[in-house]
Amino acid sequence: MYREQGGYAQLERAFKELTPKDVADICMGSNLRGRGGAGFPTGRKWSFLPNNGHPRYLVCNCDEAEPGTFKDHMLLEQTPHAIIEGILIGAYAVGCHHAFIYIRGEFKAGFAIFRAAVEAARAAGYVGKNLFGTGFDLELTVHRGAGAYICGEETGLLNSLEGKRGEPRLKPPFPAVKGLYGEPTVVNNVETLAYLPHILRNGAEWFAKVGPERSPGYKVVSISGHVKNPGNYEVPLGTTIRQLIWDCAGGLRDGRTLLGVQPGGGSSACLFEEHLDLPYDFESISKAGSMLGSGAMVVFDDTTNFVKAAHALIRFYAHESCGQCTPCREGGNWLEKTLVRILEGRGLHSDVDMLVSASHQLTGLNLCPLGDSIEPFLASVVKRFEAQFRAYIREPKAAPVAV
Amino acid sequence: MAIAPLPPRPAGERPDTRTAFSLNGADVAARADETILQVADRYGVAIPRLCYKDGYRPDGNCRACMVEIEGERVLAPACCRLPSAGMKVTSTSARAVKAQQMVLELLLSDMPEQSASPYKRESELDRWAAALDVRAPRFPQRHQPAPDLSHPAMSVNLDACIQCGRCVRACREEQVNDVIGYAWRGEHAKIVFDLDDPMAASTCVACGECVQACPTGALMPANNVGLIVPEKSVDSACPYCGVGCLLTYNVKDNQILSVDGRDGPSNASRLCVKGRFGFDYVHNPRRLTTPLIRRTGVAKTTGILDPDDLASAFREATWEEALDAAAAGLRGIRDTRGPSALAGFGSAKGSNEEAYLFQKLVRTGFGTNNVDHCTRLCHASSVAALLEDIGSGGVSNQVADVALADVAIVIGSNPTVNHPVAATFMKNAAKAGTKLIVMDPRRNELARHAAYFLQFRADTDVALLNAIMHTIVEEGLADEAFIRERTENYAALKMLVAEYSPEKIAPVTGIAAHTIREVARLYATSERSMIFWGMGVSQHVHGTDNARCLISLALLTGQIGRPGTGLHPLRGQNNVQGASDVGLIPMSFPDYARVDDPDVNQRFEALWETKLDSKPGLTVTEVMDAAHAGTLRGMYVMGENPAMSDPNVGHAREALALLDHLVVQDIFFTETAGYADVILPASAFPEKTGTFTNTDRRVQLGRQAIDPPGQARQDLWIIMELARRMGLDWNYAGPREVFAEIRRAAPSMAGITWERLEAEGSCTYPLEHEGDPGEPVIFVDSFPRPGGRALFAPAAFSDAAELPDERYPFIFTTGRQLEHWHTGSMTRRASVLDALEPEPTIVIHPDDLAAIGVAPGGTLTLESRRGTLTASARADRGMQRGTLFMAFAYNEAAANILTNDAIDPFGKIPEFKFCAVRLRAGGELVESRL
Repeated sequence: MYREQGGYAQLERAFKELTPKDVADICMGSNLRGRGGAGFPTGRKWSFLPNNGHPRYLVCNCDEAEPGTFKDHMLLEQTPHAIIEGILIGAYAVGCHHAFIYIRGEFKAGFAIFRAAVEAARAAGYVGKNLFGTGFDLELTVHRGAGAYICGEETGLLNSLEGKRGEPRLKPPFPAVKGLYGEPTVVNNVETLAYLPHILRNGAEWFAKVGPERSPGYKVVSISGHVKNPGNYEVPLGTTIRQLIWDCAGGLRDGRTLLGVQPGGGSSACLFEEHLDLPYDFESISKAGSMLGSGAMVVFDDTTNFVKAAHALIRFYAHESCGQCTPCREGGNWLEKTLVRILEGRGLHSDVDMLVSASHQLTGLNLCPLGDSIEPFLASVVKRFEAQFRAYIREPKAAPVAV
Repeated sequence: MAIAPLPPRPAGERPDTRTAFSLNGADVAARADETILQVADRYGVAIPRLCYKDGYRPDGNCRACMVEIEGERVLAPACCRLPSAGMKVTSTSARAVKAQQMVLELLLSDMPEQSASPYKRESELDRWAAALDVRAPRFPQRHQPAPDLSHPAMSVNLDACIQCGRCVRACREEQVNDVIGYAWRGEHAKIVFDLDDPMAASTCVACGECVQACPTGALMPANNVGLIVPEKSVDSACPYCGVGCLLTYNVKDNQILSVDGRDGPSNASRLCVKGRFGFDYVHNPRRLTTPLIRRTGVAKTTGILDPDDLASAFREATWEEALDAAAAGLRGIRDTRGPSALAGFGSAKGSNEEAYLFQKLVRTGFGTNNVDHCTRLCHASSVAALLEDIGSGGVSNQVADVALADVAIVIGSNPTVNHPVAATFMKNAAKAGTKLIVMDPRRNELARHAAYFLQFRADTDVALLNAIMHTIVEEGLADEAFIRERTENYAALKMLVAEYSPEKIAPVTGIAAHTIREVARLYATSERSMIFWGMGVSQHVHGTDNARCLISLALLTGQIGRPGTGLHPLRGQNNVQGASDVGLIPMSFPDYARVDDPDVNQRFEALWETKLDSKPGLTVTEVMDAAHAGTLRGMYVMGENPAMSDPNVGHAREALALLDHLVVQDIFFTETAGYADVILPASAFPEKTGTFTNTDRRVQLGRQAIDPPGQARQDLWIIMELARRMGLDWNYAGPREVFAEIRRAAPSMAGITWERLEAEGSCTYPLEHEGDPGEPVIFVDSFPRPGGRALFAPAAFSDAAELPDERYPFIFTTGRQLEHWHTGSMTRRASVLDALEPEPTIVIHPDDLAAIGVAPGGTLTLESRRGTLTASARADRGMQRGTLFMAFAYNEAAANILTNDAIDPFGKIPEFKFCAVRLRAGGELVESRL
């Protein structure tokens, strides 16, 4: 079925007609940026691999666990061969003979579907020894995680893949220099790799021309929250947030107004009504003080209790902290406890003040981005909806001092 | 903050290896691979840090050392960041300090008291919090875990844990025991032992490295000793094995409170359970504190005396009285029966000075060379082979060289048990890529880290090693140039090993031919290969042959004389190397000068100003035979325990009982002391100062930390008092003067000065001239043999003295265990060690145990042609079927009751590692008598 639609044709073409450098150049020319969250240009990432004669690895990151994100999940279950073809093309481009895919532990069904697809691809001669008679061997190992958010962080993922505790590594060295089993490694997101066959078929130009110059191409956006039609929508980058909410997801529920929208997963700061006409691309969202991240948009209408929303997210991050870095492990736990205290009516006004002042101090101090992900949403909603937080405080405001 | 000027560039460092950058506005320079934190420390800039520990891999997790780097968006951890040229680093900017304070405040909020660790004085967290003025934290406390006090040596109070992971690195990366892990996530993240077991139930080997690493007291020595302020801390050495770890005793009121590992050249601050927690034997109430004289008319029996009932056989005496009686007995025998009716056993536990004076007393006061010590039971065969083939008994390379080796063979040695700290360096090397080849009939812990583990049939070492050499010769892997230029007698070896094809030998050893070949290729073709061995090689009737094969293997491949190569027989006792060096053996004066060499004899007659016997004396086992024969009538035993340590110990005990006069000098009422006529209460290791030579040929200083109890006296004083009564006019003011004389007697140590030992703590010999650096690698250009050439001594395979048969179908082998030292006289009286391993066990394959219907822990009785004993069974899949193992530390089931006293003809070492026994279920367990 996939082949009937032209599947694996680009893989064959790459192997038979293109050099690895050709493929890498096409990728570089398309200006494809990583779809996993950081948005790093894929072609440049590949170019960091040193030419030291060591084995190289390509790892596909399918540990999709960012709150609000469900695009890779869908790709995995519905177009596994597109992912496989993307992995194989990417592996060919970087000169890797053993690629891996790390699938989130909870994706039980997707894992089974994907594994069957890999076996089918192997049977068809796309995986294994001497592909297309070129002498190029390429193995693909499918690994299922055990359910830890932190393993979506690329070095945590590599540790987990090696059978170690899923803890991010100190950087530098970056995986491109010292990654899986200590060898040069690229880690690419599922969606990123799945675009490769399309880019090869239509050319770098085709992709680079779509959307803004620095954030070109298409992107799958997972829209959820208070909208009529939540789901995954593939759009050109640069589509406005307003278009995404109303044209794609059918707009807000009847009679409701928008209070906020989280544009890029649980780690991103909340945007508000005044941001609705922002083009949805890496630069614009970043300029507005948030980030595009993995492309998970969560929409909040006027029924939202932001204290509870913030608590739900903080609880998640505190729970998922790998426990290495003090600010993340201790700070996340402390923020969660403070929010619980506020929600239970035991909070003080000084707690709200501290939520703002101390939470900023947790950022930029940790080994990996998880610790920095705790604070942005909380900080943005405390600032905007401080009244919602203060409403929980039973402590009387300090009486004005009599003069 | 004032910053010290750039220190002078270390000699030999190239200028271009330094990186100039700015730290808090001052120009500083980093050496190659130096982190910002290390540079800051060197310049006296205080940056807080908790997860960082000098010498450990920086982990960068606590985030207390965050600094600001100009042009970087986020702060950087100083502990794992290398500076680059021109970088502008600030540790004192408002942003950096705020981050540092935040981390300290968050961690402080977890402390049990929310202020200071209640388990440790000067918790590092408390210290940094005070330094940065971090007060009572604003944050709520986490859920606090309950204490784990299950272990006799250590307490675990995770409420003081800050998850810095120093213990994890201590356990996994330093000591490589892989017990401590970090489990769970978020606020549940915690330090665990194995699968979150109580510490005592885990596989913890109690090395205590984690305790030493913990910054807050979450892991501490048990019973809160960490809270007591010591009066003094004394830098000394460990009294147990030959690794020679340096340590510090923390002392108050003449009691040792605790022991810390010190950064010695052989231990890098590491210790094992014995060294760290096995020190309180010195405070055991059963210490001998008064001289004792045997009551007239009390006969000597071969049974073991009840230590509670000493008064029935002995009476207390004054020192004058006891020394007079001791000397009178010895003098009487010397004057009536001649010098050769006397013998002395010194100790490898004593200092070089004690060993030197002891042998000098026997040689010049008794007038005989009948002086020996437990080296006879340990590496005598190895030394015989080494002296014969390469001209020197010392190790060619130090343990630390394993880090430089590509391949290391460890044969007949269980270093994780017997040389635990040396084993840590082997494990470190294995993790860093050195391929370990472990060969042993018993599987040991090191096998887990080995590239090859060859579990060969007991006692087939010669066959196996000859087959390896066969492969090397046959496949053209021999180092022809080395053989040609530096050896002799190669043709004979070549001819002999031709008979030992791996295919032919495979069924003998139980090791597949292809494995033998692979191992041979690996050893021969690597750039640097090293060999370590232990008593599994030496304690056989052909122990010398075993060692000869190892020497030949190194010579055949040229794997000697360079760093990371060579031969290293792992020495057992802390001073077995030194005691032999200074002449505590019957055939040699100090520095292995043969007594039967007339020139040598003359030299020592001049040095000692007396006539000397030129006939080599009797060895340990020969002394016992002579006592049985009635030709030997009196003995002076200092710190040895032949009534437990000799093979066929029933025979040895009878011999001791037959003596007319026995003087025993010891710290406890040992099994041997039961046969004494006079018992002299001596001093334990921490009660005296002296030098000790470790397995690496390092002469190291042990310093007195406490005073001996009661009337117990220092051994040097006792030896000198006896010497005076034997007619010698000795006036050594202390160990320093004795050491000065050793330097004159032993040229290879002539350059070591007492001052240098005091300053440096450790010197490697050969060190012939003052100021020399010492030679860690020897045989670089030549061997100390005629012509400078080493000798190939081919050895043919032969059987053990007593093979299993229908009546005695099991192979019995002995050794030590981690917690107990030798005959147990020290360790069984050390409370922690005794609590960890309180009773004897017979180690047996579970299938053999099941075959006779006994469950693990059940009772077994063993019987050999020489004796019988009963103990509990311990199942161990590391044993081969048909083989049993026991440690010889337990007098209630003394393994040496069973062992065979057949000896190797060259080294005179008994065959502790092989005899035939039979096994039955049940029996009567005996209580220990300590």
